[in-house]
Amino acid sequence: MPGPAIEIDNLTKEYPYGFLNLKKKTSLEGLTMQVETGEVFGFLGPNGAGKSTTIKLLMNLIFPTSGHARLLGKSTTNVEMHRDIGYLPEQPYFYDYLTAAEVLDYFAKFYDLAPADRKARVQNMLKKVGLETAGKIQLRKYSKGMLQRVGLAQAILHDPQLVILDEPMSGLDPVGRREVRDIILELKNAGKTILFSTHILPDAEMLCDRVGVIVGGKLQGIGAPGEIVGIKAHEMEILFALPNLGQNSSPLLAKATRMGDRYRLQVPEQDLYAALDQLRNGEAKILSVAQVKPSLEEYFMHLVAADRAQAAAVEVTGK
Amino acid sequence: MTHIGAVGLNTFREAVRDRVLYNLVFFALLMMGAAVLVGQISIGIEEIVIVSLGLSAISFIGLLMAVFIGVGLVSKEMDKRTIYALLSKPLRRWEFLLGKFVGLVFTLAVNTVAMSAGLFLALLYVKHTLERSDAAVLIAIYFILLKLAIVVALALLFSCSTTSLLSILYCAGFYVAGSFVQEMRTLRSDLAGPVAAAIMRWLSYLLPNFENFNVTGLAAHGAKIPTALIAQNTLYAALYCAVVLAGAAAIFSRRNFK
Repeated sequence: MPGPAIEIDNLTKEYPYGFLNLKKKTSLEGLTMQVETGEVFGFLGPNGAGKSTTIKLLMNLIFPTSGHARLLGKSTTNVEMHRDIGYLPEQPYFYDYLTAAEVLDYFAKFYDLAPADRKARVQNMLKKVGLETAGKIQLRKYSKGMLQRVGLAQAILHDPQLVILDEPMSGLDPVGRREVRDIILELKNAGKTILFSTHILPDAEMLCDRVGVIVGGKLQGIGAPGEIVGIKAHEMEILFALPNLGQNSSPLLAKATRMGDRYRLQVPEQDLYAALDQLRNGEAKILSVAQVKPSLEEYFMHLVAADRAQAAAVEVTGK
Repeated sequence: MTHIGAVGLNTFREAVRDRVLYNLVFFALLMMGAAVLVGQISIGIEEIVIVSLGLSAISFIGLLMAVFIGVGLVSKEMDKRTIYALLSKPLRRWEFLLGKFVGLVFTLAVNTVAMSAGLFLALLYVKHTLERSDAAVLIAIYFILLKLAIVVALALLFSCSTTSLLSILYCAGFYVAGSFVQEMRTLRSDLAGPVAAAIMRWLSYLLPNFENFNVTGLAAHGAKIPTALIAQNTLYAALYCAVVLAGAAAIFSRRNFK
C-alpha cells in the first residue's frame, strides 16, 4: 500500500502588511490533511480562502510561517520532488513571444529529456490538449482558454505521478471544461494522484474521490462529496398536488413553493408525519416524499455564510 | 548546466523576438554618418574621432540594454507570472538567476560584436586599411563587455530586492559612482574632512571600479594596452560578478511569489 501522495502538517502562512510590515494577515491557519495516492482530490473554497496559498506552499513558491508538507514522500524544499509533480498555476501566462511547441520544449529541457523524446512528447501533448494545429502560433495570439490548455500540457508533459491544478476549468468554455475533465479522468485511470482547486462545484462532485472545503484559511470539512454534504441532511421534501385548492386551509400551504400544478414543501425530519396528516386532511394528493440531500454547493454556501457571519461578529466586537 | 543554458537561450530568444537588436540599425546609421562626416571636417584625426565615437556608442547602447533589460529579467517574470510554471520544474532558483545573467550577457556580446563590425567598417572606410595597432580597439571593446557584465549582475541584484524604477536608479547611481572611483580614493581629507574622506575611500573599494575598463583614449591613439591590465580586468569582473550574483541568489532564494 503506497503512502499518501500529499502530507500537510499544521501548515500556516502569514503575510506581513501595513507600514513597516508590523501587522500580519493569516492566509492559511494550521492546515493538516492528506491526499492518498491515486485519488482525485478537490480543493474547494471561495476567493481568498487560501486554496492558491496552499498550492503555492506545496510548490515551494512561497514559504510557510510554520508547519511543513511532503509530496510523494519528499519535502517541498527538495527541488528534485518536482520531477514527479506537474503544476498548473491559476490563470497561467507563458512567454508570449514563443509558440506553444517552443514553450513546451523549453519546459521539457528541465526534465533532462533527450531532444527526440522532447519533440515526441511535445507533439503528443499538443494533440492531447487540442492545440495540434495552433502549436506554431505565438502565444500572444492565444485566447485565455488556449493558454489554459498550454498550461495543462506543460503540467503533464513529463508524465508526473502527482498533478496539482489550480483552477484548471477557469476560463474554459463547456467544451474545454469537458476536455479537462476527460484528461483528469484519464490521469486517474493511469494511477496518477490529482489535486485540483475549483469554484465549479458540479465538476468537483463529478470528478473527486474526496474534497476538502477551505474557508477563511481554515479547513472546514474533508471527505467524499456525498459524505460531507450528507452531514447536514436531516430535512424531508414533500411533493403534493391540490385537486381542490379552495378546500385546503392548511397553514403549511403558505410555506410550500408552487411549481405549476404541484407544490414542494420542505420540513424537518421529525415533523414529517404531522405535516403529511395536515396535508391529507386538506385533501392534498401526496406525490412523493424524499430526503433532502443538499448539494455540495449548498454545503459550500452554508460554510461561506457562517464564515462571513463570524467575520462580521469579530469586526463588531473587535476581537 | 543544461538548465542554466536553457534559461539563457530563452533570455536571448526573448531579446531577439522583442526586437531589442534593432538598436544595431541606429548604430549602423551613426557609424555611416560619422565616417562620411569625419572625412570632411577633420584632418589627420579621422581614426581618433571614429574610434572614440564608436566605442562611446557601443558602451552607451550596451549600458542602456544592460540596465533596462537587466532590471526586467526577474521582475518581468514575476509581473507576468511566468515564473510560477518555471519554478515548479526541477530548476533551482540560483540556476534560473544565473541563466538569466548568462542569457543577457550573451545578448550583449552578440550586439557588441555586431556593433564592433560596424566600427571596423567605418574605420576601414576612413583609413582604407587596418593596422596591427587597431587590435587595441578590440581590447577596448572586450573591456566594455566586461563592464556590461558587471552592470547586468548589479541590475539582477537590485531587481531581486526592489522595484524596477528603484533598480534603474540604483544601477545608474552605481555606474556614475563607479566611474569616479579614483577621485573617491584620492579625496583630500583637508578638503572633505577626515571622516568623509575615509568613508569615500571605503566606498570606492565596494563600488565597481569602472574606470579601469575605460581605455578609449589608448585605443583611439593606437597605444598598446598592457597584458596585465587585460588579466586584471578579466579577473576583477569575474570576481565582482560572482559576489554580486551570490548576493542576488541569496535574496532570490528567500523570495515569496505571492
